[in-house]
Amino acid sequence: SPQVVWSMLGNRQFCSYKMTTKTQNFCRNEYNLTGLCNRSSCPLANSQYATVREEKGRCYLYMKTIERAAFPRRLWERVLLSKNYEKALEEIDENLIYWPRFIRHKCKQRFTKITQYLIRIRKLTLKRQRKLVPLRRKIERRENRREEKALIAAQLDNAIEKELLERLKQDTYGDIYNFPIHAFDKALQQQDAESESESEAEREEEDDDDDEDVDKREFVEAEESELSDFEDMDKLETSSEEEQEEVKKKASHSKSKGKMPLKGPARRKRPYIEIEYEEETEPSTKTKAA
Amino acid sequence: AGEGSGPVPGDGSGPPAPERVLFPPTFSVSEIKNKQRRHFMFLRWKQQQRKEKLALKKKRRKEREALGDKAPPKAVPKTIENQRVYDETTVDPNDEEVAFDEATDEFAPYFNRQTVPKILITTSDRPRGRTVRFCEQLATVIPNSHVYYRRGLALKRIIPQCIARDFTDLIVINEDRKIPNGLVLSHLPDGPTAHFRMSSVRLRKEIKRKGKEPTEHVPEVILNNFTTRLGHSIGRMFAALFPHDPQFIGRQVATFHNQRDYIFFRFHRYIFKSEKKVGIQELGPRFTLKLRSLQKGTFDSKFGEYEWIHKRREMDTSRRKFHL
Repeated sequence: SPQVVWSMLGNRQFCSYKMTTKTQNFCRNEYNLTGLCNRSSCPLANSQYATVREEKGRCYLYMKTIERAAFPRRLWERVLLSKNYEKALEEIDENLIYWPRFIRHKCKQRFTKITQYLIRIRKLTLKRQRKLVPLRRKIERRENRREEKALIAAQLDNAIEKELLERLKQDTYGDIYNFPIHAFDKALQQQDAESESESEAEREEEDDDDDEDVDKREFVEAEESELSDFEDMDKLETSSEEEQEEVKKKASHSKSKGKMPLKGPARRKRPYIEIEYEEETEPSTKTKAA
Repeated sequence: AGEGSGPVPGDGSGPPAPERVLFPPTFSVSEIKNKQRRHFMFLRWKQQQRKEKLALKKKRRKEREALGDKAPPKAVPKTIENQRVYDETTVDPNDEEVAFDEATDEFAPYFNRQTVPKILITTSDRPRGRTVRFCEQLATVIPNSHVYYRRGLALKRIIPQCIARDFTDLIVINEDRKIPNGLVLSHLPDGPTAHFRMSSVRLRKEIKRKGKEPTEHVPEVILNNFTTRLGHSIGRMFAALFPHDPQFIGRQVATFHNQRDYIFFRFHRYIFKSEKKVGIQELGPRFTLKLRSLQKGTFDSKFGEYEWIHKRREMDTSRRKFHL
């Protein structure tokens, strides 16, 4: 009889569905109506019991009566509840007519809760769902290691520098930087010219000389602007005339500070500045330089 | 008792080994039961191995010098790049088919200078401080880019709005546990979408010896080592982010360097010290990307048509096979 069952399971002996916590006892039985371990909510200790459970989005009313207590297979009777909320409530009432008030009430409460969470599930599935992808530790470690090795193998700085120098050689920067690359080119061309006729060589030399004149004049300006600090990069866009006046002062400053390792062109500055203002002596200084 | 000849060590480190200790070939260090002695013997054996190796090297070098010009050429050490499995889709520079494809793919309007790139940078939901700062820095690196907060909007709804407002690219930075770890790069008017895994993100303040902030000048772009067809398309995707005409006054360069399927992004400022030397200074954030998937249309994870997905079981089997 249920009283005996309860006195055994509920209070004294072991019930495998019972979970105790500090403040409360819970019942893990799937047919339990409230989830707590009470005399009135234990499905084992009540011969007349009912629950509402949902399966795949549909709610069912499960009922247990004393008449079927001897047939465990047919113990729980299942009734499908309608999808309409009010109709389902009426159905519960209809099926549990003459049943204790407690069970009726709790069934309806449980049904309400279930419908609410089903609605929420349906709403959430329509929104974006975040897919959690588990990290695999071994693979993560492997990838990190490979990335480190790839970084070492890449030698990024060297690669970037090489690429930039190549672009400089291929003249993508145009006239901005005027290093005496032409000196190299001139040497190469002279070598080629020796194999060719001499008149062509002379013409080429003249062209190169002209280029060198132009280069040398422009060379000064560009060099000056580059000698200025990185912070003064904005001043690049200011007129070069102002810079020329400031050049002499800046030259001395920059040399004394020795900021950039631009000592090569810096040392070359003085003779070139003289060339700037003494055009008549150009050919003589050029022969000196050459 | 040990089988090695030579003085058996007493307690402690033992006497120093004489010059010509010979280990007979039947000797194996592992047969000595005593751990200390075994360890000692092993060390001596190792030293001897090293000496032999050195002697061999010297001998070889002498031979090479003796031969002079007739010496056989130095052996090139094997690297992973040398041993790379040949990929059939490697692009030949003169390939016409590839050139034709590239002239008619989704980036053709960009490369024909018909469109100006306009980038939208956003994150996943609720970005943390690090990601937000990274987004801002990325926006300074890429010209004509705007950062917008996500605020729980669905990407599928953002994309039509972006297209309507003339954006050409969409970057979504995915975040996990307060660090950015993924990047989705989508070319907008119906272009390919690439999904990357992002790692080793360094913000500007974490980079040592960094320079000043990147200025507004349009940087140059360097794309290194994109050899296969897939690599080519990814390279073009990156190139399409930046406006066509770099401003050389700015002296800034953004580099995407592919090495063994890892794409390293760096942002530098360069200065030519002479025609043979250039100095570079790193500004700007840095990160590495690894391609996870390339999808044909815009971002659509359910119904999209994937051109390439990284399948770990099939593609990671060989250490010398790379796809980009």
